Amino acid sequence: MPEWMATTVIRAVAVSTPLLWAALGEIYAERSGVVNLGVEGMMILGAFVAFAVAQTVGNPVLGLTAAAAVGGLAALLHAFVTVTLRANQYVSGLALAMFGLGLAGVLGRGYEGIPLLNTLPEISGLTYLGFLLAVVLWFVLYHTRLGIVIRSVGESPAASDALGVNVSLVRYLTVLFGGTVAGVAGGYLSVAYRPSWTEGMTGGMGWIAIAIAIFAGWDPLRAVWGAVLFGALYYLSFFLQTWVAPEVLRMLPFASTILVLAATARRRRGQGAPEALGLPYAGGER
Amino acid sequence: MSRIGPLLVERVPAPTRTWVLAVSVLAVAAALAGAGVIFWAFGINPLHAYAVVFAGTLADRRAAPEILRQAIPLLLCGVGLVMAFRAQFWNIGAEGQLLVGAVAATGVALFVPLSGPLVLPAMFLAGFTSGALWGLLPTLLRLRLDVNEVISTLMMNYIALFFVDWLIHGPWKGTTTLGFAYTDTFPEAAWIPVLAGTRVHWPTLALGLALAGALAFLLARTRLGFEIRILGENPTAARYAGIDPVRTTVVAMLISAGAAGLAGAGEVGGIHHRLLFPTQVSLGYGYAAIIVAWLARGSPLAAILTALFLGLIFTSGDVMKVTLQMPFRVTDIFNGLILFFLIGSERLLRYRMRWVRHA
Amino acid sequence: MQAPQTLADPSRADRSDLLVLKDITKTFPGVVANDRVTLQVRAGEVHALLGENGAGKTTLVNVLYGIYQPDGGEIWLRGRRVRIRSPRDAIAQGIGMVPQHFLLVRRHTVAENIALGLPGEPFLFPTRGVEARIRELGSRYGLSVDPRARIYELSPSEQQRVEILKTLIRGAQILILDEPTSVLTPQETRGLFEVLRRMRGDGHAVIFISHKLDEVTAVADRVTVLRRGRVVGTLPIGETDKRALARMMVGRDVEFRHERESRAPEGDGLVIEELVVFGDRGLPALRGISLTVRRGEIVGIAGVAGNGQRELVEVVTGLRRAQGGRIRVLDRDVTNRPARAIYETGVAHIPEDRLRMGIVAGLSVAENLVLKSYRDPPFSRGPVLDRRAIEAFARRMIAEYEIVTPGPETLARLLSGGNIQRLILSRELSTQPRVIVAAHPTSGLDVSATEQIHALLLRRRREGAAILLVSEDLDEILALSDRVAVLFSGEIIGILDAAAADRERIGLMMMGQRT
Repeated sequence: MPEWMATTVIRAVAVSTPLLWAALGEIYAERSGVVNLGVEGMMILGAFVAFAVAQTVGNPVLGLTAAAAVGGLAALLHAFVTVTLRANQYVSGLALAMFGLGLAGVLGRGYEGIPLLNTLPEISGLTYLGFLLAVVLWFVLYHTRLGIVIRSVGESPAASDALGVNVSLVRYLTVLFGGTVAGVAGGYLSVAYRPSWTEGMTGGMGWIAIAIAIFAGWDPLRAVWGAVLFGALYYLSFFLQTWVAPEVLRMLPFASTILVLAATARRRRGQGAPEALGLPYAGGER
Repeated sequence: MSRIGPLLVERVPAPTRTWVLAVSVLAVAAALAGAGVIFWAFGINPLHAYAVVFAGTLADRRAAPEILRQAIPLLLCGVGLVMAFRAQFWNIGAEGQLLVGAVAATGVALFVPLSGPLVLPAMFLAGFTSGALWGLLPTLLRLRLDVNEVISTLMMNYIALFFVDWLIHGPWKGTTTLGFAYTDTFPEAAWIPVLAGTRVHWPTLALGLALAGALAFLLARTRLGFEIRILGENPTAARYAGIDPVRTTVVAMLISAGAAGLAGAGEVGGIHHRLLFPTQVSLGYGYAAIIVAWLARGSPLAAILTALFLGLIFTSGDVMKVTLQMPFRVTDIFNGLILFFLIGSERLLRYRMRWVRHA
Repeated sequence: MQAPQTLADPSRADRSDLLVLKDITKTFPGVVANDRVTLQVRAGEVHALLGENGAGKTTLVNVLYGIYQPDGGEIWLRGRRVRIRSPRDAIAQGIGMVPQHFLLVRRHTVAENIALGLPGEPFLFPTRGVEARIRELGSRYGLSVDPRARIYELSPSEQQRVEILKTLIRGAQILILDEPTSVLTPQETRGLFEVLRRMRGDGHAVIFISHKLDEVTAVADRVTVLRRGRVVGTLPIGETDKRALARMMVGRDVEFRHERESRAPEGDGLVIEELVVFGDRGLPALRGISLTVRRGEIVGIAGVAGNGQRELVEVVTGLRRAQGGRIRVLDRDVTNRPARAIYETGVAHIPEDRLRMGIVAGLSVAENLVLKSYRDPPFSRGPVLDRRAIEAFARRMIAEYEIVTPGPETLARLLSGGNIQRLILSRELSTQPRVIVAAHPTSGLDVSATEQIHALLLRRRREGAAILLVSEDLDEILALSDRVAVLFSGEIIGILDAAAADRERIGLMMMGQRT
C-alpha cells in the first residue's frame, strides 16, 4: 500500500472514532425509543472536561473517565425531562445541545490555547475499543435477554410494561449509556485526536453521529460503515485543501449527510425506525 | 386528585390562559435560578450578576432600543417557526435560512444596479425568496423521501455557515477592507433606516409585526390556516379530510423559512451594512427562535412578546460579557435552561391547584 | 354453629374462592368506572364478566392486573390479602391477561415476544429454551403457533394464541381474557372455548370478559353482570337465560332485531371491478375483487381482521391507490381520484379508527364538524372562513344528532367515545351522501349509541344511499345487511343474501372455504 493511502486510511479511521462512539450510544437510546438530539452538547462537555482533567491531573485516561461521567450526567437530564416528565424529546435534545455548548464555552474560556502534555495517540485503544464495542452491542441487542428488552421497549412500551418490564428504567439506562459514550467521543477529540481545547471544537460531529444512527438503520454493526464513511469524508476535506477552498470543503460532511440520507431513504423503508421512537410512554395513566 | 395541606391538586382537561402564563413565568424563573447556580459555581455571585444585568437592561433606558433591535430577527425567525411547528415540521434551520437571506440581500445591495428606492424592497424580497428556497430542499426531502428534517435542516445550517465564510474569504471579499474577511460596505441606499440614535431598523421591525398579525389571521380565519392546523394536529385526519399534505407543508415552510430570510436581510441591511463572519451576522438567533416559538405556544401574536423576552436575554448576555467578562456563550446557557424548564413544566399544565378548606 | 359466610368477611369466604375482588372503586376525572365492585372467582371455573361497553369490565381487570391502582377496595388471593402495584406483581401472583388489543411487539418473533422479561431464561440466546416450551404447551392446550414467525405475519387468532402462551409460560393460574372473541370466526371461537375448557380442567381460573350473551352461556360456569360500574349480580349459568342476562346488562328489555322493511334497490351506487390493491408492506391486499352495492342497499363485509378490509375501505375513499381495476360511484369513474374528489362525488367515510383518523382531537367540535366541508359555502367565502356560519351549523348538528358537548367550541378530545362517533356520523351524513363506507361503526360503543347509529344507517338506506359496511361483529353485519360478502386473503369468497345466510357457513368462508 503506498504511504499516502495508508495515511488516508489511518486519518479516516481516526476521525471515525468519535463518530462511531457517539452513534453507537445514540443507536441504543433510540432503540429503546428515546431520540437524544443533545449529542453535540454531550460531546462538547465531554471534550472540555476530558481536556480540563487531563490538563490538571496530567492523565488523559482519567480525563476520558471524567468525560464519560459528565456525558452521562448530561444525558440523565434529558432522560429526566423526556422519560419522567414525558416532554418533547426533540426540544429537550435541542435544549441539551444549546446548554452543553454554552456551558463548555463559558467554563472552558481559561483553557483555550493551552497545550496538553500527556495525550493519547490518534489511533489509540479507543479506536479498537470502538469497533469491539460495535460488535458487542450488536450481539447484546440481538442475542440476549437485555437486547430483547431494549428492542421491545422501543417497539412497544405497552407490551413490555404488561410483562413487568420497567420501561422508564430501561430508557434511563440506554440514554445514560448514550451520554456516557458521547462524552468519551468528545473526550477523544480533546485528548487524542487534536489534543487541545477550542470552543465549539466538536463542529457538528454530534449531529452527524445522529445521522449515522439513522443511516445505519439502528444497527450497531452497520454504524461502523457509516462512521468510517463519514470519517473518510472529513479527512477528504483536509486532503483536498490544495485544490479547493477550505470553507467549501468543510461543507462536505454536512452536504454528504443529507445526500446519504436521501440516497438511502428507499432502502431504509423496510427496516424502519423503532415504532415508539420519540413517543413518551405514560404507563397505565390515561 | 391529591391533597397537599390545604392545596387540592387535580387533573384538568384543558388549562386556562392564566395558568399557562403562570407556569411559563415559573419555568423561566426556575431557569434563571438554575443559571445562577452555574454562575455561583463559576465564582460569580449570582445575585450580583443578576443585579448587574438588571441595571444594564431593564433599569437602563438606553437598553430598551438594544433589546428591541435584538428582538427583530428573533421575532421574524420565531413567527416563522410558529408556522412550521404548527404544521408539525421541525424546522431547526432558521439559522441557515437567516444566513442565506443575508447573503441574497448582500448580493442585491452590492451587485445589482437598482435605483435608490427600489434597493431595500429588492433586498427584502431577495432575503425572503432565498430563505424560502433554502428551506424548501429539506421540506421536499422529508415529504418525498422521508428524510428526517431535524437532521437535514441542521446540516443546512452548517452548509450556510461555511457558504458565508467562503464568500467573505473568497469571491465577495471586499476590495477596501484591508485584508479583513468581510465584503465592502453597502451603498447608503441599501442601509435600512433606523430610529434616530438607535440601531432599531424599523422597517424590518414593521415587517415582523405585520407578519405576526397576518399569520395570526391566517391561522385562525382562513382555509389555508385551518388546513395547516389540521395537518399539524393530526396528519392522518388531514389525509382523511382530503387535505394535500405536500402543498400545505410546503406553503407553511416557505413562509417559515422566508421569514428567517427576511431577518437575515434586516441584519446585514440594518446593522452591519456588509456581509461578515456568519457568527457575527447571527448570534444564534435562528436557534433561539425555537424558544421564541415554543414559549409562544403556537400563537404568532404571542411571539411578539416572547421575541422581546429573548431579546432581553441576548442583551443581558451582552451586559454580562462587557461587565462581568463572561464569554458570549453565556446566552446559550440561558437558552438551554429556559427551554429545558419550559418543556419540563408542561406536565404542570395538566393539573390545577385550588385552595380548599378542610372538610 | 357455623358463622354465615358473608362478603363482608372475605377471609372466611368459600374455601374454593381463589380470588376475591372486594368493593373495588376506581374513578377517572368525571367518571366512576368501578363503584364498589365485588367479584369472586373459583379455581377450575370459567367466570364470565358480562356488561356492555363502558360498564367498567376492562377497568376492573386492569385493577386486578396492576395497571390501575384502585381508589378503594381490597384484593384477596388464595385467602390472603394482596396488593398488586404493577403487572409485574400480577404476574408474580400467577395472574395473566390477554388484552382486547393485543400487546405484542409486531416486528419481533413469537419466541422473542414470549421471552421478553421472562424470569429464569439465560442471558445469552434466551429464545432457544422458550421455543421448546412454546411447542410443548402448544400441543398440550391446542395452541399451536410457529415460535419463529414474526407477529405481523400471524392472523389475529394466532396472535391471540401467543398472548395466551405468554401467560401460561409465566405460570398463570388466573387467566383474564378481555373480549377474546371479537377477532375470531365462529369456528375459531369454538376452538378458543375448547382451550379454555382444557385450562379449566387443569385447575385454572378463567375470567372471560364479553358483551355477547351467546358466548357467555356457551362457555361460562358462572357470570357476574356489570352495569355502569356496578355489579348487578353473580349467577351460575344454569340458573339464568339470555333474556334475563340481557335485562341485567342493559337495565331494560332489548330489541334483538331491527325492523328493516324490505325495499327494492334501485340502480348501482358503488361498483368495484377487478380491484387490485397493495397493503402497507407492498404485498397484494386485494386480489382482483368485484362487488356492487346498489342504491338503497347495505352490503356487509365479513371477514377476520387483516384480510383486506382496511385496504378496501381506503381504496374506495381515495386514501390508497389501486394497482388495477376500477371503482365507479354513480357511474362516474373515481379510480385513484384524490380523497377530496371522492368526497365531492358523494362518498361518506366513517373511519375505523375514530380517534386517529375521524377527528382532530385538539380542534373544537365545530371545526371537526366542517373537517371536510370547510371549503364549501357557506363555511368559506374565498380563502376566508365564516366562523359564524360554521358555529350555526355546529349548533344544528349538535341538536339533531344529540351530541353531548358543553358547546361547539369544546375541544373534540373532551367528548366521550359515543359522542365522538355521533360527531363523525353527523359530519359524514349531513351532506346527503350517495355512498356510505362505514368501518366498524359501533365498535366499543354502548347499546344506546349502537342502536342510534344502526337506526341512522338504516334511515340512509331507506333514503337510497348505497352502504358498504365493514365490521368484525358478525351479529351487526347480519342484523343490518341485505347482502354479505365474505373477504378472505384479499378475495371475495362468496356473496350471500343476509336473510338466508347462516353463521356457520359464513364462519367457514371467513377461514377461506368456498361453499
